[in-house]
Amino acid sequence: MNLTLFVWRQKGPGAQGGLEEYQAKDISPDMSFLEMLDVVNEDLIKDGKNPIAFDHDCREGICGMCSQVVNGVPHGPRERTTICQLHMRHFRDGDALYIEPWRARAFPVIKDLIVDRTSLDRIIQSGGYMSVHTGGVPDANAVLIPKHDADTAMDAAECIGCGACVAACPNGSAMLFAAAKVAHLAQLPQGRAEAAQRVCVMTEAMLKEGFGNCSNHYECQAVCPKGIKVKFIAKLNREFLKAELRSCGTPEAGTPSRD
Amino acid sequence: MHFLKSTVGRKLVMAVSGTVLLVFVVVHLLGNTTIYSGPDGINAYARALRSLGPLLWAFRLILVAMFILHVFYGIQLTLENRAAKPEAYAVRKHIESTFSSITMIWTGLLIGAFIVYHLLHFTFQVTNPGISASRHPDALGRPDVFTMVLLSFRKFFVSLIYVGALGALGLHLLHSIEGSFQTVGLNSDRTFPVIRKGGRLAALLIYFGYISIPIVILAGILG
Repeated sequence: MNLTLFVWRQKGPGAQGGLEEYQAKDISPDMSFLEMLDVVNEDLIKDGKNPIAFDHDCREGICGMCSQVVNGVPHGPRERTTICQLHMRHFRDGDALYIEPWRARAFPVIKDLIVDRTSLDRIIQSGGYMSVHTGGVPDANAVLIPKHDADTAMDAAECIGCGACVAACPNGSAMLFAAAKVAHLAQLPQGRAEAAQRVCVMTEAMLKEGFGNCSNHYECQAVCPKGIKVKFIAKLNREFLKAELRSCGTPEAGTPSRD
Repeated sequence: MHFLKSTVGRKLVMAVSGTVLLVFVVVHLLGNTTIYSGPDGINAYARALRSLGPLLWAFRLILVAMFILHVFYGIQLTLENRAAKPEAYAVRKHIESTFSSITMIWTGLLIGAFIVYHLLHFTFQVTNPGISASRHPDALGRPDVFTMVLLSFRKFFVSLIYVGALGALGLHLLHSIEGSFQTVGLNSDRTFPVIRKGGRLAALLIYFGYISIPIVILAGILG
């Protein structure tokens, strides 16, 4: 396969970037998208040029590092597929591909296709945890959890934190990400204790990091490689209402203070 | 106040104020349909409304408050959302979002402008003093709303403004009825398809219900 690529190149944070044209030649349809870029990069290196910088790690669709927008869709055209698990057989010989980084104020470009996603980490740090006692390991299944609750929590816990939801959202909102974490933990008895506090601080952290507000476009659900559904955003909204009724963010909202 | 600063809290204000305004839109439509029973229908209805007195003013105050909240937070949230997405993609593909969902702010502003015209036209009756209902009572001494509406909508461009502005309202509702359910947390796997279809159907019914009046008058079927 031969493809024409238009790739976003940017020297560093805040630098002026732009699309540059490259030819990807003799690409096997069995290659993954990232392997195709590896081939292009080898040619660039041979020519003494700067290779295209992009994020990747596990290359098996579970780490959430890869982050590219292909022809206007985060993670490319296949549903529930990360860009590293997207194979070239899903494209046609002669295709022109526009490859861009995640775009959002909260995701500043570091270089080329790499963006800084630590804003998502800070949302997690604000409340995406549950407190446990140290000491001996508790017995497995000591706390009974109904099958349906466990399944729902797992559905939400599938989120790999890649940020495709933010990249796809016309408002640059991280609502699906925050909702997956809030819903996952609030669904389990261990997470209930801090549920009210959690939804308040996590949505607050989201705004502080410069993410936008959800306006129910549902673009996030369409591109999520893990199939996280917007019903979890509805759950976040419910959790928020419940928390507000117990005066959001205060210790009375259900969390022991940290000291 | 914490609630009015939070991202979800302000969405809830949008959903609740929007729902109150939607209830008004539905009641208003039902009231409008009294025109199909002729001058006796709508003129009697207009008089009955006026006779509510202080109650009518209470409703109006609530509506104005909801309208102000809806417009204020709508603009504020839109500006924040634009700022959160400073750079556009060179190539952009919308998968789930619709024309109606991405034009909410514009259809909203259009509706706002239309409401000003609509109030000047039929409530304060300053745009067409010659046919003003309050100054031209019918044979029973009631404000002759029927004739005022009839003569107004016989003008092609007046009907055009109404049909166009209601198109904006229809588009706004196409996205927002469904969206309010999601915002107040009433969505689940089971309810989602029902709410989506129901919301869109309701938006279309409201749209066609409203525009039926100018169209029927313009076509010469009524009056």
